[in-house]
Amino acid sequence: MNHLLILPILLPAVVGALLVLAARHDSVLARSFAVASTVLMLGIAVALLVLASDGQVRSYALGAWPAPFGIVLALDRLSALMLVLTAVLGLGVLLYAIGGWDQRGKHFHPLFQFELMGINGAFLTGDFFNLFVFFEILLIASYGLMVHGGGGLRVKAGVQYVITNLVGSSVFLIAVGMIYSVTGTLNMADLARIVPQVPAADQALLQTGAVLLLLVFAVKAALVPLHFWLPGTYANAPGPVAALFAIMTKVGAYSIIRLYVLAFGADAGEAAWLAAPWLLPAGLLTLVLGMTGVLAARSLGQMASFAVIGSMGMLLATVAVFTPQATSAALYYLIHSTLAAGALFLVADLVAERRGAQRDRFAAAPRIAQGGLVGGLFFVAAIAMTGMPPLSGFIGKLLVLDGVRASAHATWFWALILSTSLIAIVGFSRAGSFVFWKAYALPAAPAPGYRPDGALSFVAVGGLLACLVLLTAFAGPVHAWLELAAAQLYAPAGYIDAVLGTAQGVR
Amino acid sequence: MEFLVASAIGVMTAAGIYMVLRARTFPVVIGLSLLTYATNLFLFATGRLAIGRPPVISADAAGYIDPLPQALVLTAIVISFGMTAVVVVMALRAYLETGNDHVDLPGDASPEATEDDWKLRGRKPAPARGGRGGRA
Repeated sequence: MNHLLILPILLPAVVGALLVLAARHDSVLARSFAVASTVLMLGIAVALLVLASDGQVRSYALGAWPAPFGIVLALDRLSALMLVLTAVLGLGVLLYAIGGWDQRGKHFHPLFQFELMGINGAFLTGDFFNLFVFFEILLIASYGLMVHGGGGLRVKAGVQYVITNLVGSSVFLIAVGMIYSVTGTLNMADLARIVPQVPAADQALLQTGAVLLLLVFAVKAALVPLHFWLPGTYANAPGPVAALFAIMTKVGAYSIIRLYVLAFGADAGEAAWLAAPWLLPAGLLTLVLGMTGVLAARSLGQMASFAVIGSMGMLLATVAVFTPQATSAALYYLIHSTLAAGALFLVADLVAERRGAQRDRFAAAPRIAQGGLVGGLFFVAAIAMTGMPPLSGFIGKLLVLDGVRASAHATWFWALILSTSLIAIVGFSRAGSFVFWKAYALPAAPAPGYRPDGALSFVAVGGLLACLVLLTAFAGPVHAWLELAAAQLYAPAGYIDAVLGTAQGVR
Repeated sequence: MEFLVASAIGVMTAAGIYMVLRARTFPVVIGLSLLTYATNLFLFATGRLAIGRPPVISADAAGYIDPLPQALVLTAIVISFGMTAVVVVMALRAYLETGNDHVDLPGDASPEATEDDWKLRGRKPAPARGGRGGRA
């Protein structure tokens, strides 16, 4: 057993607790601890990525209880990739927050660490009740982060967010209970072993449970018609928190990829490819609705939220084709859209900070400080998000279009992806000209109450955008690696053997 | 017994969903509690209903009951209890900051709720007592 596997969960848990207990009143100490922890986490994630690159699935039995009796963590290429992505985005957001924003409320840094702990745990766990627990951890932390800094509207949007997710948690438990009552297991690998043997009489219960679980993941992933919570939440959340939340929709997408390829995939007998008929139309609808929302948005934050919804739709529709080729394209797009959405939310916050009472609304306001630089960053982030060349969004869309070629619904994909790209480009150009160009028609006056923040916030946004440039430059090797990751997903025997291997000896 | 448990879960879920869909935060919190009670009972029932059977191995047991759902219910109770506390605190804070307890955000709310949102829209309340705003 390699103890490196549990560190991405253990490290933020310990540091988060330390921050609450010891560094509550000392902002320098809290910041240094938080940055050190996140940098270390990035290091661990990269080490795990290197470890997972040999194609072997590693499992870690907590308390040395063998699976399926105890809880296991499992590391394969996909989990390692998600861990690195979380750490990169987390570091960018943390650097931005340290620019002065983290002092607006108490306990930003501990909540941030607990959030990372929940996200990392969800990516590593091999047990779907444990997945529920990690979902709750990341949600509890996100409730706190969401209302950080306060304000009536924000708290109200926060209440809606909490209510939606509490109902989601109830449905999650009901789904877990249904699946457990039929299969008698909570371990994902064991579930994959048992699902093909479920008798026809129990199929209805099993499949209802599985679709309910899909419903919960769809809420997290903001899939139409369960997307309604996202625009209100993300647009009213503070900018850096919205940027961090860009990874949270991906937790839902990751869970769908993990569970519905592993346990309800090709070998699942009557329940084979259970998610596909639901996921594909919902995904395409989400794509259309999200990108149309970009056109209808009234502020930068709202626009970025709808762009996130649209990108989730494209991602999940591509996943719903359920072929290794489409999945590797979807994974490339997942990396890209997470970083691009993070950068876009941070840019929206940069704008909102500089425009005084107008915030990031599409309304006339005088020129902003450092307008050229902020406008340039917005331009790059918008190119990335809409999928125009030369950045990775374009390559991602090409890969998706190519990956779904063999699907029976390829025409729909091509028509909808290309037309929604155009709509998104129109929406983003409108936003850019409104916020940055129209300002020149007004007399220049610095927005009241603005104090220039340090270079750190620009470093953070620039860093995230630089990752996108790297992702574009190294698209070949990255995609080759992702193809291996997708191939590993579609050969679940390796995962099942690695997780249950120790238990086979016991029996 | 199956009928009783099943109908109890069903009635509580139905009542919970009805309450969650109400427009003000207090009924919604009650609805969430009812939903979590129903969920806990449901989870408990997934281990099958049986009376007088031990969950742990003993020499003179005729049969066993699955202990795992009971452990799951414990986890679920702890989490839902904590979450109810969180949502109560957030609802109170929202009430104190905006002067009303509507769940909807201003703009996409009912006329009554929009009218109540005087604090958010920067309008002064009508001179009458009670914090209600004047007609927009």
